[in-house]
Amino acid sequence: MKYLKNVVTLDLDEEKCTGCGICAEVCPHQVFKIINKKAAIQDRDSCMECGACAINCPFSAISVAAGAGCAQAIIKGKLGKGEICC
Amino acid sequence: MGSWKVRWGINRMEYKVAPGLYGIGEPGEDSPVLVTANYKMTFDRLRKELSGVNAWVLVINTRGINVWCSAGKGTFNATEIARVIAMTNLSWVVSHRTLVLPQLSAVGVAAHRLLKISGFRVIYGPVRACDLPKFLGAGMKASPQMRRVNFGFADRLVLIPIELVRVIKIVIAAYLVIFILNLLKIWSVSYLATLPYLGAVVAGCVLTPALLPWIPGRSFAWKGWLLGLLWSTAVILYSFPAVPSGWTKALVYLLILPALSSYLAVNFTGSSTFTSLSGVKRELKVALPAAIISAGLGVVLLFLNQFVL
Repeated sequence: MKYLKNVVTLDLDEEKCTGCGICAEVCPHQVFKIINKKAAIQDRDSCMECGACAINCPFSAISVAAGAGCAQAIIKGKLGKGEICC
Repeated sequence: MGSWKVRWGINRMEYKVAPGLYGIGEPGEDSPVLVTANYKMTFDRLRKELSGVNAWVLVINTRGINVWCSAGKGTFNATEIARVIAMTNLSWVVSHRTLVLPQLSAVGVAAHRLLKISGFRVIYGPVRACDLPKFLGAGMKASPQMRRVNFGFADRLVLIPIELVRVIKIVIAAYLVIFILNLLKIWSVSYLATLPYLGAVVAGCVLTPALLPWIPGRSFAWKGWLLGLLWSTAVILYSFPAVPSGWTKALVYLLILPALSSYLAVNFTGSSTFTSLSGVKRELKVALPAAIISAGLGVVLLFLNQFVL
């Protein structure tokens, strides 16, 4: 199953990447692949912006506006009802 | 039994295990240490899958929330793991310095930071506890299959009650209002006339999640709207001859039912395992105003039809 196209905020700075591979390890949707000792984004539209890659990258090479893709949380947030949990 | 109750929202927030170090089988100083959340359903599942294995289980305090959600909310984090490592004197219990973390906890744990503050190296294990014996047997190597999050038919079905319970409360309240209106003779509504609306709730809350991959399109709101449209078409075709003011009623159904299904379907994004925050924001931007306007027009028309025309 694929979600919407061309919408995620995932970004990879190849200059900072050392190819350690932790991003490919933690990603639940196989977004990254290690090619020639560098990480590469091979399936951007499968990214769910969970943020596991970014927080685990020791070299801060990955940035993503992480959060839960949860309509209720977004609506309640807009209504000013604060945080709810999944 | 316990997990069945929790899925239906009975005492869901009080289903906890005390944080600490637990032994499975007869663990020794060389046995692996698996870290997990203190949601009882998570802990029980882990314990069940590890029967026959000797291992330590380090339960951290996630306030009774499962691994993925607590990591997403930040309670499953490096600082908390380090705290429980110190609290349980783990360094004295085991001779190695390796922790196995569930892969989905990676959302909240910076492995390199945990190594710095606790001296323990992190190995991310499989997504599902049932793959743990194989993972441990293969020298802590996870296959690509173990790393992937699925969202199959069964996975979706068990998550339907969560949303359903929330909606059923509103449905019961609505029926109470109708009952009182009927009782006081303010506005007589036949219960049969509420069936189309009940069907739209089922279309959005049950059918859309269950049939998710087979409904065309990518946006949840769209998928729900489509099923709602199918349902309203069926309702109109079935009830047309019996309804005197046919066209207005048909229009009311077309305006309200798909909008209702669409709104309920988009709420399932929170239960799904592949929707992104940016994506849900984008679809809500269109879907929410559309549903409100459509249903609003429908309600206005319904009242006009009832009292004015």
